[in-house]
Amino acid sequence: MKLLAQIGRYFLLMKRAFSRPEKFSVLYRQTMREMEKTGINSFSIVVIISLFVGAVITIQTNYNIENPLLPNYLIGVTVRDSLLLEFSSTMVALILAGKVGSSIASELGMMRVTEQIDAMEVMGINSASYLILPKMIATVLFFPVLCLLSIIVGLAGGYFSCVLGDVIPPSDFIEGIQYGFRPYYISYALTKTAFYAFIITSVSSYFGYYVVGGAVEVGKSSTRAVVQSSILILMANLILTRTILQ
Amino acid sequence: MIEVKNLYKSYDGEFVLNDVSARFEQGKCNLIIGRSGSGKTVLLKSIAGLLEVDEGEIWYNDHKFSHLDTNAKQHIRKEMGVLFQGAALFDSLTVEENVLFPLDMLTSQNKKEKLDRINFCLERVKVSGSNSLYPAELSGGMRKRVAIARAIALNPRYLLCDEPNSGLDPETGIVIDNLIRELTEEFNMTTIVNSHDMNSVLEIGDKIIFIYQGCKCWEGTRQEILQTNNEALNNFVFATNMAKQIKNQ
Ligand SMILES: Nc1ncnc2c1ncn2[C@@H]1O[C@H](COP(=O)(O)OP(=O)(O)O)[C@@H](O)[C@H]1O
Ligand SMILES: [Mg+2]
Repeated sequence: MKLLAQIGRYFLLMKRAFSRPEKFSVLYRQTMREMEKTGINSFSIVVIISLFVGAVITIQTNYNIENPLLPNYLIGVTVRDSLLLEFSSTMVALILAGKVGSSIASELGMMRVTEQIDAMEVMGINSASYLILPKMIATVLFFPVLCLLSIIVGLAGGYFSCVLGDVIPPSDFIEGIQYGFRPYYISYALTKTAFYAFIITSVSSYFGYYVVGGAVEVGKSSTRAVVQSSILILMANLILTRTILQ
Repeated sequence: MIEVKNLYKSYDGEFVLNDVSARFEQGKCNLIIGRSGSGKTVLLKSIAGLLEVDEGEIWYNDHKFSHLDTNAKQHIRKEMGVLFQGAALFDSLTVEENVLFPLDMLTSQNKKEKLDRINFCLERVKVSGSNSLYPAELSGGMRKRVAIARAIALNPRYLLCDEPNSGLDPETGIVIDNLIRELTEEFNMTTIVNSHDMNSVLEIGDKIIFIYQGCKCWEGTRQEILQTNNEALNNFVFATNMAKQIKNQ
């Protein structure tokens, strides 16, 4: 019963967030700010993690299929598909849920408990639309960019591990990542990431926006935001993989 | 003029507001006083429409605010300035941007007009020259002043203040109180001030409402408050033993 009430409140908040903004110039400005805050500031973490994971997947795949009958380029194929199908979308989304989700939830939560949201409402401004919509647009547009970045850097990480680590000849790796490449996988990864961005931002906004209490509750709600959006991401992953991966 | 009629509000079955009715006059500082936890903030937030009351009516002049739909409420809210207990400045924005915020969102003035208005408001509350500071860099008293500047930016007809001098030293508190009184008279606003501070009661209370455990238990002027026989009010006004002795003499 409580869950149903929560879901209802979540959708009502989304409805308010997606109602017509007061001024489009303000929406544009806020969206640009959010792109910087949520997107550009996540570049470094995505690059570092993807680089290492790309290298590690390459080394481990090589270790696991050390069968002289299988051609070396298969390792490149495996690394590419792991990155495209799961890592650069779902795993990166989980990392972003931790980084961006918690920051959204605590920002809104802090604004709630210090009455800044009330201050907006009382001016006659739709605080949900002013605060949440720009974050939504920014993340849904920008997280796919981060996903693309993660794919590229992850492949580069795999390549470096071949060059530096004596795994397989780098030329075999390059051959592998081109072998039987389906561009559809890229759009699949980007679509998934856009969904995840929506989940992260809406769920974290919901938990932040409705905080009651003080600093302790803000902390709790930001933890809850990360946990819930991670669970929802994994569920969505299952559903999306079943429905849109052909 | 703001009027509330028979307001009821409860949390988990416990009444926080219990049949509160009151009339707040234009051009005057109307004070709501009472101990911490007596329901002042809940009453003020209900008047501002931030909390839904269970029962009762809230009137802004001849508009029945409590029964308007969201759109019509927005209309009255644009004529409302609210000063929150913790100032509630937007902490990602500078002082100037804070005052600019309502102008930006709700008017179609050009840049120059907005800037003039910002500087007028900031000067009026005597914080000119700190336009580019962030709220975290201000003292408590300055934060309250900037919040007042933001509240009056759109020339409101109604000003609602929740404990404007809480967390300030008595002297700064009185300065803020007097600022609110001056602005009320200057712009002929209907002002409601929440307070648990006897200094401000005696300084600015044109009309005083005493809330006790969610009920309106007394109303009158600041002259009358010193001579009252109401026991709860006396305990509030003359809180220290020394004050009680002086009163009894
Ligand atoms: N959101 C809430 N949930 C439950 N109880 C509340 C809530 N807000 C206020 N109360 C209760 O209402 C009473 C009045 O609170 P308040 O209006 O903040 O007092 P004050 O006069 O100090 O401003 C308090 O006892 C408080 O516990
Ligand atoms: Mg209070």
